[in-house]
Amino acid sequence: MDTIRNAFPYLMEGLQVTLYIFVIAIILGFLIGLLVALLRLAPIKILNWIAKIFVDAIRGTPFIVQLFFIYFGLNSLQIFSMDNTTAGIVTVAINAGAYFSEIIRAGIQSIDKGQTEAARSLGLNATQNMRFIVLPQAFRRMLPTITNQAIISLKDTSLLSVIGIADLTQEGRIQASATFDAFNVYLIVGVIYFVVIYLLSLLASFVERKFVLR
Amino acid sequence: MTMIRVENLKKSFGKLEVLKDISTVIEEKEVVCVIGPSGSGKSTFLRCLNRLEDITGGHVYIEGVDITEPKNDINKIRQDVGMVFQQFNLFPHKSVLENVTLAPMKLKKNDKKAITEKAYELLDKVGLREKANVYPGQLSGGQKQRVAIARALAMDPKIMLFDEPTSALDPEMVGDVLDVMKQLAVEGMTMVVVTHEMGFAREVGDRVMFIDGGYIVEENVPSELFGNPQHERTKSFLSKVL
Repeated sequence: MDTIRNAFPYLMEGLQVTLYIFVIAIILGFLIGLLVALLRLAPIKILNWIAKIFVDAIRGTPFIVQLFFIYFGLNSLQIFSMDNTTAGIVTVAINAGAYFSEIIRAGIQSIDKGQTEAARSLGLNATQNMRFIVLPQAFRRMLPTITNQAIISLKDTSLLSVIGIADLTQEGRIQASATFDAFNVYLIVGVIYFVVIYLLSLLASFVERKFVLR
Repeated sequence: MTMIRVENLKKSFGKLEVLKDISTVIEEKEVVCVIGPSGSGKSTFLRCLNRLEDITGGHVYIEGVDITEPKNDINKIRQDVGMVFQQFNLFPHKSVLENVTLAPMKLKKNDKKAITEKAYELLDKVGLREKANVYPGQLSGGQKQRVAIARALAMDPKIMLFDEPTSALDPEMVGDVLDVMKQLAVEGMTMVVVTHEMGFAREVGDRVMFIDGGYIVEENVPSELFGNPQHERTKSFLSKVL
């Protein structure tokens, strides 16, 4: 019980850092994913290729290598300097963005072509069609898969502890050494992650029910 | 006044030449029914009239504007050309009312209230005012198609294109949709209707166009085309469908 009492406030501080990074990174990641999906589907070959190379590069390399490349690799060029939190956010965002883009692309392609034809026949341009007709329908279908990816990204943030970010995992490591009670500290850390992820999936299923396709 | 002028229209899908050489003129208030065997290119012809299909060769003029000319704003032209599809293509995430108001809300400068009032009038016209707040998933096929007609009319089009509007309907639903179309014809809408409903073509059409093999084989007033077809292919097609 002492362990819990001593470590808990630190773990909560760590959780704040984790959530802060997660929320910013997931929003950025979603925007990246949307952009890359649209590039992938654009009627211009070169844009399709750029998008595909980006997705393949991210999918084909480990998260931790991406993190080291962005934090140590880019900083070593000495063109600009990025602190570890920024590098962490950027890495999670880019990584999630690549996976989101594939989810969004599949979602867009799953919408019947007749929807686009109806919208275009009314005089809506391609952008209006995407925005008002295709994407709103596609997002409803994508929501479960998007939630899944968001959960994976949340768990990926624990790897940011290796570049010294004081997230939940890092705080756990510090408290495990400080209290000599690794068993209980990591158990609590695990429970905290679990609760957050559980709440996240509850939120997602609430949103899903609210926007269920009629 | 000429609403649609088609000159030597050609359309290929890859190596497959679907429309080989189509020329015709459709006047204001004219109702033209397009008939022909499946795969003859009649739907493709219709879809070229609002450039839903990219046109391979020739010209299509809508109210004098060449839609094959890339610098002409196709989105603007399409606002004048309503289209009704075989599969309805209603927007499932929008209510019936929103289906009808969506395009005018985004594209017309009228105020929202006027657009909504107009939408209710149109729903009245197709007999579905009481369904305004229902979603398309809860409608029957015939109801969906009537909403689709109202949706197209909401843009105040000068021309209406119908692509086999009753082919996906249960037989007992066909009448309601045809009645709405008849009403439109009576009111003087310029209409091009791809259809298998020979009764409708005969009764409502000012002209019937028989398309086969990528050409207009024969076109004439319904009584002549049905009563006295000139071409062997027309005769053999009519003998199968009548």
